Amino acid sequence: MTRHDILVGQPVERLEDLRFLTGRGQYVDDRSVDGMLHATLVRSALAHGTIRAIDTAAALALPGVHAVYTAADLGAKVPMIPMRMEANADLARFEQPVLAHGKVRYVGEPLALVVADTPAIAEDAAGLVAAHIEPLPVVLDRTGAERGDTLLFEQAGSNRGLALQALRGDASALDAAFRDAPYTCRRRFKVHRHTAAPMETRGLLAEWDAARQRLTVSGLVKVPFAIRALLATLLGMPESAIDAVESDCGGGFGMRGEFYPEDFLVPFAARRLGRAVKWIEDRNEHLLAITHAREVECELEIACDRDGTIRGLRGQGAYDLGAYIRPNAVTAPRNFAQMAGGPYRIPALHMEVALLVSNKTPAGSYRGPGRFETDCFRERLFDIAAGELGIDRVAFRRHNLLRQDEMPSRLPIVMPYGSGGETDSGNYHETFERCLAEIGWNDKVALAGRQIDGVFHGIAIGCYIEGGGSGPREHARLVYEGDGRVAVHVGSSAVGQGLETIFAQIAADALGLPMDRISAVRHGSSGIVKMGYGSLGSRSTVMGGSAILDAANNLQHAIRTLAAARLGCAPEEVSLEDGLRSAAARGRVLALAGPSGLAGGGIEADGLFENDRRTYSYGSHAAHLTVDAATGQVRLLDYVSVEDVGRIINPMTLHGQVIGAIVQALGGTLLEHLVYDGQGQLLTGSLASYLVPAADDFPVIRSFVLENHPSPLNPLGVKGAGEGGVIPVGGVIANAIASALSSFGVQPDELPLTPPRIWELIRRGNAPVALP
Amino acid sequence: MGNPPARTVRFTVNGVPATVEVEPRLTLADCLRHALELTGTHVGCEHGVCGACTVIVDGRAVRSCLMLAVQAEGCAVQTVEGLVDGEALGPLQAAFRRHHALQCGFCTPGMLMTSHALLSSEPDADVARVREALSGNLCRCTGYIGIVEAVLDARAAYKAGAGKGRPDR
Ligand code: FES
Ligand code: FES
Repeated sequence: MTRHDILVGQPVERLEDLRFLTGRGQYVDDRSVDGMLHATLVRSALAHGTIRAIDTAAALALPGVHAVYTAADLGAKVPMIPMRMEANADLARFEQPVLAHGKVRYVGEPLALVVADTPAIAEDAAGLVAAHIEPLPVVLDRTGAERGDTLLFEQAGSNRGLALQALRGDASALDAAFRDAPYTCRRRFKVHRHTAAPMETRGLLAEWDAARQRLTVSGLVKVPFAIRALLATLLGMPESAIDAVESDCGGGFGMRGEFYPEDFLVPFAARRLGRAVKWIEDRNEHLLAITHAREVECELEIACDRDGTIRGLRGQGAYDLGAYIRPNAVTAPRNFAQMAGGPYRIPALHMEVALLVSNKTPAGSYRGPGRFETDCFRERLFDIAAGELGIDRVAFRRHNLLRQDEMPSRLPIVMPYGSGGETDSGNYHETFERCLAEIGWNDKVALAGRQIDGVFHGIAIGCYIEGGGSGPREHARLVYEGDGRVAVHVGSSAVGQGLETIFAQIAADALGLPMDRISAVRHGSSGIVKMGYGSLGSRSTVMGGSAILDAANNLQHAIRTLAAARLGCAPEEVSLEDGLRSAAARGRVLALAGPSGLAGGGIEADGLFENDRRTYSYGSHAAHLTVDAATGQVRLLDYVSVEDVGRIINPMTLHGQVIGAIVQALGGTLLEHLVYDGQGQLLTGSLASYLVPAADDFPVIRSFVLENHPSPLNPLGVKGAGEGGVIPVGGVIANAIASALSSFGVQPDELPLTPPRIWELIRRGNAPVALP
Repeated sequence: MGNPPARTVRFTVNGVPATVEVEPRLTLADCLRHALELTGTHVGCEHGVCGACTVIVDGRAVRSCLMLAVQAEGCAVQTVEGLVDGEALGPLQAAFRRHHALQCGFCTPGMLMTSHALLSSEPDADVARVREALSGNLCRCTGYIGIVEAVLDARAAYKAGAGKGRPDR
């Protein structure tokens, strides 16, 4: 059956906007219930130490305080937060208790939860909790972690969890590649610690209904079902006794949906006290307590023929995952290893990545996890290698990019997990050539390295593949309401990316309805569909959208069956007409909507989409920038992104996501940095010191999205987007800076590229050039 | 310690008189959000950097997390809830929607109030001025391009005097 899309592909204005623009959004702190109490955390002020005592008497004595819980109040065994993605026994040695006991291992680690009548009283009381902690030496970097003279977990015997391996080709092929290749090049690179920093901090509202022994939790976003399941286990309750309630969410970017200590503590307190308890994180604790991301260093080596043909790529990396292994801690290292080759033809590849713990905030997922880092290193190495081989950077990439006739291409296998998979469809040369054309490469390349009006011009291009649509499945349910409108329920959750609109577009087209006949789109609540897998890894449109298509088919079938019974015919004979308002067969017409209609009580249909293969969108980014050699200041003059996402549902929301992602990644490349001092104190604990991009930083970004190669893996043909904008930015910018400062011999090997660092690189550069 | 005595404060919000009993340490942001249940105003940092809490007080855009509720005594406060044009979106709100100037919507009330204050006093603001004025409001989703376009687009309505609820009235 061919569908005639009317809304899909159109820049439909968003449904969500009406409430967000008028102040009627319902973020978690916007909800209040009668008799609600307020929680605040007491957090460790030391990065590493032995807990001798936590004195809560003064806090408990403060009027208005209802409880102060420490690990001792949690029962015989303090609940531990298990891994969720890629669980592994070696790593499970480093799991986090929901409240510190015995030891603290990072500044900001929860020591106690205070519950009081108002947030202000709770904070006053938290200040009265006295923690006696005996300091231990701190482990703050790779060297310290690997040296192992200070162990975070003595029983583990090491600060090193497992080492992941990604493999393509066998070991002998790799050895041969590096032994026989006429050219090899090895460099050491580093990406620094930074984080998603959404504008809304985290928060939770937990309500306990003693009579029904039920818990209702608002503020569980991204993967509410997964968090609910874990919470049920930790609280010893049936999953079905916990409702996760949808709320609006002020930005996700991968960092939400970990299971954080607070996700246990706040519901725990609500049940223990028999009252509703709310906790809203402040910005300082957000920067201390949220998962950090991206901190990795790696030695990467490439083997090539003289003509630039890549024979092999190998590397040893080390991720600093902070003090504990959180649920999604492995995602970034795994992607880092697996995606090291990107969209290129690399016959032999071997990456080894060690997962280390240190006395810093635990690390986890952040938009384009691992891919941002690995792309940065690979694309840097490519530019260095091309330069040393005397091959044009563009020609080098053109030569090695996979061709369409080589698709699908197998991805390296990641051990110990074993999953490899393959790309789905695409033509990487198409996006590459288009990106070159859009940035005007042939004209601009003449500017590279030249000083004009006191600043040096640089230009660079890089490529990536994304990886979306992660399974295993998604559920949807459509409800045909008595008034002829249809409500859409789906297990994918929205984190501010505009899913309600996209899902309404898909549902309306599938049912042949105009947009305003979609009465509501509900998502991310445990009460509405059997199961939901949330919003991560650019999966929502792929999985949720496809589940909606299935539900739409089923709904039409259900309506036909009911109508057939009334009309006295077979369901196949019934045609649905007038935008689902009536059904016709054998010359008779039956009203479906309205008081006399069939749908008085509503007709429902479920939908399911299952998938064990991932979709791969891909593209190229190019940048033209200038560097002021006197100050190290980078100015972006033009930034172009070209990607193919298989199929576009809403070009407006898609462009918005791409541009937002690019600016976020530019922040991560040029500005943002979580800085620790030698004692493990976070020095960047506010938005005044942790610099995210502002409106006047990066005004020149252009995004072009293609839909030339639909994914064969789902009925919509979509591939998922939203992370792609992040992935190549670090490498492209670092290469553009190298291009600008080629006369100084500057080869950046580490992010962030802040003005002081660039200035330092210029001073250290090996080509003596007179400075202005 | 113990709680300092509450104080009575009177001001108007979106033209409607309000009387609240507040602790002296309560910020205007928390007062609007929790005492007056006007949750459209958001708090993103509590230290004056993100601009999410921006409201208009006596015609000027201020950060309501840096102002105490007691300081609003006798003032005219305007919040995002006061930007609508009857039941319809005001011109700035409609431009934001047209230009996809928001995603998660969390920064949006602050963006709208900063832009409203700007266009109410400088309806001719050029792109550089708009970017400068918005540079004190952080958005983590949009990359700002749509926001700047929306503000530029809304200028015509403000020039024609159709900006809702002029803050300097
Ligand atoms: S909350 Fe007031 S400026 Fe951020
Ligand atoms: S729209 Fe999400 S922070 Fe601006």
